[in-house]
Amino acid sequence: MHCSVELMELTRKLEILADAAKYDASCASSGAARKDSRDGKGIGSTGGMGICHSYTPDGRCVSLLKVLLTNACLYDCHYCINRRSSNVQRARFTPEEVVQLTLDFYKRNYIEGLFLSSGIVRSADYTMEQVIEVARQLREVHHFRGYIHLKTIPEASQALIDKAGRYADRISINIELPSQQSLDRLAPEKNLTNTKQAMHGIRERIDENLAAKKESRQIVNRPRVKAPVFATGQSTQMIVGADDSSDALVLHRADELYRDCRLRRVYYSGFSPIPEPSVLLPIKPPPLVREHRLYQADWLLRFYGFDVGELLPKEDPNLDLDLDPKLAWALRNRAVFPVDINRASQELLWRIPGLGTVNVARILAARRWSRLTLADLQRMRVNLKKVQPFIIAADHRPRIALLESPNLRQHFLPGPRQLELNFTAPPPTTPADAAMALSGQI
Amino acid sequence: MTHAAQIQPTFEAWRAKARELLRHGVSPENVDWVDASQTASLLTEEPTEYQIAPNASVKVPAEFLRLAANVCAHTDERRFAILYRLLHRLTLGGEKHLLGMPSDRDVHQCNMWAKAVSRDIHKMHAFVRFRLVGVNEQNGREQFVAWFEPEYRITRLAAPFFEKRFAGMEWSILTPDECASWDGEKLSFMPGMSRHDAPAADAHDDLWRTYYRSIFNPARLKVQAMQSEMPMKYWKNLPEAEIIHDLIASSEKRVRTMIATPERPVKPALDNAYLKSLRQKPQKS
Ligand code: SF4
Repeated sequence: MHCSVELMELTRKLEILADAAKYDASCASSGAARKDSRDGKGIGSTGGMGICHSYTPDGRCVSLLKVLLTNACLYDCHYCINRRSSNVQRARFTPEEVVQLTLDFYKRNYIEGLFLSSGIVRSADYTMEQVIEVARQLREVHHFRGYIHLKTIPEASQALIDKAGRYADRISINIELPSQQSLDRLAPEKNLTNTKQAMHGIRERIDENLAAKKESRQIVNRPRVKAPVFATGQSTQMIVGADDSSDALVLHRADELYRDCRLRRVYYSGFSPIPEPSVLLPIKPPPLVREHRLYQADWLLRFYGFDVGELLPKEDPNLDLDLDPKLAWALRNRAVFPVDINRASQELLWRIPGLGTVNVARILAARRWSRLTLADLQRMRVNLKKVQPFIIAADHRPRIALLESPNLRQHFLPGPRQLELNFTAPPPTTPADAAMALSGQI
Repeated sequence: MTHAAQIQPTFEAWRAKARELLRHGVSPENVDWVDASQTASLLTEEPTEYQIAPNASVKVPAEFLRLAANVCAHTDERRFAILYRLLHRLTLGGEKHLLGMPSDRDVHQCNMWAKAVSRDIHKMHAFVRFRLVGVNEQNGREQFVAWFEPEYRITRLAAPFFEKRFAGMEWSILTPDECASWDGEKLSFMPGMSRHDAPAADAHDDLWRTYYRSIFNPARLKVQAMQSEMPMKYWKNLPEAEIIHDLIASSEKRVRTMIATPERPVKPALDNAYLKSLRQKPQKS
């Protein structure tokens, strides 16, 4: 047991170092390789979907113990409460303290694991070594099989990044802003080229590891060769609304990273007012809904076969805040519709506003045995009001007049509710909206 | 004739009975399913007389068994009957592809039940909170107890997850219907217990609340989003839920203070060798 002075000090550090970490949105704990503790050593398991063990009143999932090792920092990123210009209270955990907190929280089933990041002290390599030491102790001393996500610093040496990847399930580097120009203004120590290079390096390791795993599975008659272990994924975060980058710029950057570095996720984090604000930042945060629309568009890029150019044509480089991006696309491309749900290809079904990939799969399965009607869609919980103008079903043809009408957009606009979502008046979100906001699913 | 199928409300009991009925070709409308745990007087069940001799065993897809396990854990009293009807249609009724038709009424109903149950299982995995009660003196393993109130009878379905994850500890999860317990080697189940049999708090709950308070961003209040994922019915057993109201109530003031804070001027870079090196060669070669 801690004696009370020690406990007070630990509580104080936890307060500061959790507060300092809360602006990082990338806290998912899914996609780790399957492992568990049934061999009787240590504790922990991962695999499949991560679990949200709690939710805070900001609607965010609490899945990992998300803390900084220290919030002292040499850098001066203006959107960050930990930058050297800020007068925030500073604190520093020892690696042992983080290890113990992680284990204690994990055993009580509060969390899925640890998300550790750090302000940069002394140098990139020195900081990285400290972060790695926590992961090493968890894995090697305590046989911890829970989830570990380490934030890495692009300027750290490749050898250290490799080492981090051997202990972690996920590693990430924040790209922060979509262009070097914005970085120069708001995060002068950061460099886009370095970040991309480091991401490429990580991607190569992940690929090598996958190939080695495959190979070791193919060798049947030889004694089992143990595949080298490396993180199974990397992700990044981009801050939205702190600079004047358009949604098109943000999504083109994200798309490039998905392709070139095969990231698992890009997180979009709407810039949020912080204590200790910087003179270089806008006072007003971007509307929360912008972040939500970016997640929806991101989802369309990854799972629905859309291109950035389709969602954001040159003349219109920002997403429509009032309509979801698929609906906005459909309104610009009405000639594609109506689509017959009993005949159309999967790719075309994906393009119908209001139909998600899950329901498309259900439709494809069900229509092998019968011709689907609107009632069938209703049973699948499809939003009929949204899909009706765009589809043909066994018992339904849309009113062409409506589909061609200039008022179609009006048909979908939400009622006269407050569109500028702000913190003093939380918007009346429905549970469905909330689920969408969390998953990005449309 | 009508067959009274009086069973304990478990998947195993339903499966055994359903198998027997099916083998004798009994059609669904002739079965009266009764939950034996709900009937006050335990009727001594008369051995059923079947009109048809048993035929060879019938095969069902594994997918159906998974579905049935979840459906049986639900509490709707129609579940056993509808599940049997589904089974009958799938097999003797010749509707082999039935499960692929989510729009069919029986399939839809069973899917809904199974979904509600699997959501409850998921929430149990998330919201169980273990409390440290001691250490096993022989092997040094820590011992934990949790109290949880699931909506359905899911203890058996939810337990394997905890076994995999917490194999290195000793633990029990107590619920009103059934309790699960892991002694480091095997999982066992006992009848339900009461909240008073579990410890009310853990020394770490305070640290956990500190973390919860600190990770919350008052500038982005979204209470409904929180509640749809963490419904209030679970709050009474979550240590962090105690402070939710305070966090919500104080958030507006905290944000106003943040915005009213005068902006900080920019501090010059420190005299640090590493920072200088960044400026000299802005890009790694
Ligand atoms: S490097 Fe920048 S973003 Fe990271 S802690 Fe330091 S100031 Fe904040």
